Amino acid sequence: MSEIIGLKAKLGLDVFKHDKEPHIKIKPGMAKDPRLKRAVLVCPAGLYSENAQGEVEFTIDGCLECGTCRLACGTEVLEWNYPGGGTGVQFRFG
Amino acid sequence: MEKFDVIVVGAGLAGLAAAYTLASEGMEVLVLERGDYPGAKNVTGGRLYVNPVRELFPDLWKKAPLERFIAREGVTMMAHERSLSIGYDGNELLEEPQQSFSVLRAKFDRWLAKQAERKGAMIVDKNRVDDLVREEGRVVGVWAGGDELRADVVIACDGVLSLLAEKAGLRQPGNPKDFAVGFKEVIELDSAVINERFALEGNEGLARMYMGEVTRGKFGGGFLYTNKDSISLGIVVGIKDLMEGPNPVQAPVLLDEFKQRREIAPLIKGGATVEYAAHAIPEGGLKAMGKLYGDGILLAGDAAGFSMNIGVTVRGMEYALASGYYAAQAVIKAKAAEDFTARSLAIYESILNNSFVMEDFKSFQAAPEALENPRFFEHYPELLGNIMRDIYAVPAGPKNRLYPTIKQYMKIGELWSMFGDMRKAMKI
Repeated sequence: MSEIIGLKAKLGLDVFKHDKEPHIKIKPGMAKDPRLKRAVLVCPAGLYSENAQGEVEFTIDGCLECGTCRLACGTEVLEWNYPGGGTGVQFRFG
Repeated sequence: MEKFDVIVVGAGLAGLAAAYTLASEGMEVLVLERGDYPGAKNVTGGRLYVNPVRELFPDLWKKAPLERFIAREGVTMMAHERSLSIGYDGNELLEEPQQSFSVLRAKFDRWLAKQAERKGAMIVDKNRVDDLVREEGRVVGVWAGGDELRADVVIACDGVLSLLAEKAGLRQPGNPKDFAVGFKEVIELDSAVINERFALEGNEGLARMYMGEVTRGKFGGGFLYTNKDSISLGIVVGIKDLMEGPNPVQAPVLLDEFKQRREIAPLIKGGATVEYAAHAIPEGGLKAMGKLYGDGILLAGDAAGFSMNIGVTVRGMEYALASGYYAAQAVIKAKAAEDFTARSLAIYESILNNSFVMEDFKSFQAAPEALENPRFFEHYPELLGNIMRDIYAVPAGPKNRLYPTIKQYMKIGELWSMFGDMRKAMKI
């Protein structure tokens, strides 16, 4: 699916603090799992996308830590934790 | 090794309410928060209904940094090309003490944390809790940043996913049908402009829900709340419908389309979006709830599943505040008996059962299933819109009488379906 116009700029308004490593990872061998494709639709930050090979790609930059991908895809597909203390998104309004 | 009476995980409303209450009773409380400050990870739509929790925290409300009191309510049925709105302006909404307020969590939670600190609670931010410390199957503390911290009881207020509740074996990873995702923009606008646009005076505020096309017929809706000098505009949509229902759409597109609707665009014109936030919301109600306590551990707030959508109102924050308070009461009782086993902490459930929290969850246990009906989110908004179109239309020739205009939409099949939907909705 194509990139959503304006979403990157919108995420750019938020304060993010970089973590040492991504707190969400696609488990090895799961990139083509149908459950993972749900993340493309449900992620409010549009961080998941499907490439021409039918694999789901993911970037952690802009993650709002909402938890929706974990609920939609499940823990067999995603390795999911919160980012380390004092990192990740820091809402100023919430 | 450090030992506390209570360790609270998560400085959200449940955690801070528990800490405030426990510290007021002189207990040694440590609150661990993974964000840069309390509220940094917390999101609301949102509005807080104060009435159910006013007496639990009598000293808090006068100075609480709430945004505006809700003086005008509204609901809009959104069809593809038209919409029908109902506004409600009751004089009682103006009377003190006012029942509900718009709120921004980063501000409110930070303030509530200060109040808990004043009572003697210790709040440590930038610290993620990684695991529970267990001894003979009992929870006796937490691991945070490589440190082992011990307490008689851990109150897990770590939010909707509650990884700690999973680690404690109190619940399984959630089922998508029991959760929704909310995402919103905070759009800054001058308070005078807000007052003019929404016909508000002083600190009056408005809350409006939107149903129908806004979620492309999926379970959920849009919302608009006025804050002091910003508008919270967003969408809540059921995760199951979003991931596999008809009319697939990427979640962020829904909000973009919502903003472009002619019902919305003029209201936010000239405003500057200053933040985009999102959060999953437990909406499964009573049936989706897991165990609320175990040996040495209690759950409160979203972690316990205390949030509820009954269509006209979506509530979570007062359940969070109240469950934090009641968890504290349970711990105070357990402390008096020096017994922190599950058997002793079971008092938490009986306290909750006698409170508005579980009363509400029992009263509204049929709501999630009754609201699952896709006709509420697609068919009725279109139907109502079409009826209104025909009522207002004045054609070049003679106009049809009003009764037959409406009746043409009310064929036997439609009436029968309405009857069925009504019967289901009557369970709410």
